[in-house]
Amino acid sequence: MTQPLLKIKDLQVHIEDKQILKGLNLEMKEGEIHVIMGPNGAGKSTLANVLMGHPKYEVVGGEIEFCGSDVSPLKPHERAQLGLFLSFQYPQEIAGITLENFLRSAKGAVDQKQVKVLEFHKLLKAKMELLEMKPEYAERYLNLGFSGGEKKKSEILQMLILDPKLAIMDETDSGLDVDAVRVVAKGVKEYHHIDNSMLIITHHKSLLEYIEPDFVHFLVDGQIVESGGPELVEHVEQAGFAAYKA
Amino acid sequence: MTRNKTYVADIERKLYDQRNPFTYSHKTDKGLTPEIIREISAQKNEPEWMLEFRLRSLETYYQLDLPPWGPNLIELDIDNIVTYVKPIVDRQYSWEDIPDDIKQTFDLLGIPKAEHEFLAGVGAQYDSEVVYHSIQESVAKEGVVYLDMETAVHEYEDLIKEYFMSLVTPRDHKFAALHGAVWSGGSFVYIPAGVKVEIPLQSYFRSNAPGAGQFEHTLIIVEPGSYLHFIEGCSAPRYSVNNLHAGCVELFVREGSTLRYSTIENWSRNMFNLNTKRALVERDGAIEWVSGSFGSKVSMLYPMSILQGERARAEFTGVTFAGGGQILDTGAKVVHAAPHTTSTINTKSISKGGGTAIYRGLIKVTKNAYHSKSTVSCESLILDNESISDTIPVMQIDTDQVDLGHEAKIGRISDEAIFYLMTRGIDEEEARAMIVRGFVEPISKELPLEYAVEMNNLVKLELEGTIG
Repeated sequence: MTQPLLKIKDLQVHIEDKQILKGLNLEMKEGEIHVIMGPNGAGKSTLANVLMGHPKYEVVGGEIEFCGSDVSPLKPHERAQLGLFLSFQYPQEIAGITLENFLRSAKGAVDQKQVKVLEFHKLLKAKMELLEMKPEYAERYLNLGFSGGEKKKSEILQMLILDPKLAIMDETDSGLDVDAVRVVAKGVKEYHHIDNSMLIITHHKSLLEYIEPDFVHFLVDGQIVESGGPELVEHVEQAGFAAYKA
Repeated sequence: MTRNKTYVADIERKLYDQRNPFTYSHKTDKGLTPEIIREISAQKNEPEWMLEFRLRSLETYYQLDLPPWGPNLIELDIDNIVTYVKPIVDRQYSWEDIPDDIKQTFDLLGIPKAEHEFLAGVGAQYDSEVVYHSIQESVAKEGVVYLDMETAVHEYEDLIKEYFMSLVTPRDHKFAALHGAVWSGGSFVYIPAGVKVEIPLQSYFRSNAPGAGQFEHTLIIVEPGSYLHFIEGCSAPRYSVNNLHAGCVELFVREGSTLRYSTIENWSRNMFNLNTKRALVERDGAIEWVSGSFGSKVSMLYPMSILQGERARAEFTGVTFAGGGQILDTGAKVVHAAPHTTSTINTKSISKGGGTAIYRGLIKVTKNAYHSKSTVSCESLILDNESISDTIPVMQIDTDQVDLGHEAKIGRISDEAIFYLMTRGIDEEEARAMIVRGFVEPISKELPLEYAVEMNNLVKLELEGTIG
């Protein structure tokens, strides 16, 4: 039996003195895809941000173990170096640094070694082609003036390049048209080779038409109220989250 | 969670703060009297008309008051500033002949190396006098003149007499009058019609003497259809007494010519930098200002472009970095005085550690300047809660047929942006540096390469504390 990749035990999180997560438990093994669904305000994005170490959220109880070590003392960049990645719901726009230069710096920082410029350029080009991104985006400032769809592609591109052990996808499919969802799904499939894992946070199932999850969890009011297989997705489509309200 | 304050390092000044023992061959007494003016003029062996010009300027200086707006200049005690300091060296045309301590200063600043590698000519001024001046033979052959002002007064007396302080007159303001009275050093450049100087000329102004003023005069004439890139660098070591820099730059851009004027100013933090720069641009001509202001205690600097001929064009690109104890009041002025003229002003400022960065600018469009266009964009980044930034744009428009755009943004580094970068494996310090460098990037790419590198070093950030 392999040890769990991610183990969240009785996690309690506050933001500005308001409790958001109220004793959340979750375990993931290497190679698994988990989906977290839930109504707005249930704590889905909070979970994503807390896993990455956002300073705004205060962990008041419980544990997060990743690859067998406690991540609570680690800063966001150290978590990234350990193999965690977050695809943001609303990616930031950063002026003055091109997507390519930024991603090369990030790759060097995550892998803790020098990145060869030409080799990197080739890798980037290949992944951008896969994601149907125009090559000139590499020379544009990071996410600046990108459309909603291009921003999400940029997130998936970063995921493919940085190649984390566990990618958390926070509402990556929300606000995307059918075509963009198809491209994002293509990227996700490329990423999900044998031992890479994924935690997909969503509140609709468009992405799930392309990707078969191993487990589905319902997050309601700061707790996971039900877990099961892919069939749960259909169930929630029919019954809605209301059935699970505390 | 405790959060320490973010600390951004001061600009590394070690290099600039190298001071040499203060030696001189001639130095005027402190304060300002006609006798001192006569003494300066006699030292320079000037023609009578220049002495008279100086004495008239001194009269004007006495008559004018300090400006009623802008930073407080009370601390500036002109009576305690030595106006003229002549280093113990005559002007040389070979670096070998310059005394070791002075040569070493310029070596450290990288000037001879830069001359060797990518400049067409170099002037180096130490305190009040130019100690070195040279120009590449190939450039000189085309009729390009690049001289220190003292030599130019003798060799090109008619030109100097006609143009000297005709664009910035001593009546302009109190410090222009002061400049007219005590000016010393600087450069004279003349580019004949149709000559395009492909590699830049550079003058470097170094102030070493404590409690002294620097009053260099730069006069450039680019005749029709020519091109020049002129680079000006300034620095000084720090002393406990205040210094004053009141230079003057007059640029004459003839029909269809382009002049690019780049300045990197990194005076020490006891310098009052009250500099006046002005360009007169004729038909189809262009002035391109690139300006980096990093040093000084107080700066008041608003280069002015007068677009006198049709389709004349002005571009101003500026970056200001104000640290603790600094008040940098900078900007640009453009007068559209002919039809179809255009101006573009782009500035960025960073303030930190209690520093103040102000953009102050003027766009004036005269009645006959129809179909003119002006775009102004000012962005400020404030790195902490003690620092101040403000934008004071003034527009005086006397015609309806004009296209004007103004945009001002004042911001801080967002915690969400830092978090975003950190989730990509980049530590907080580097994440901040990336954002600050990215902020000034559109400007730094306009700077001459060696200065762009220097500017990136300036924003090298040292941080303690944490967001994560």
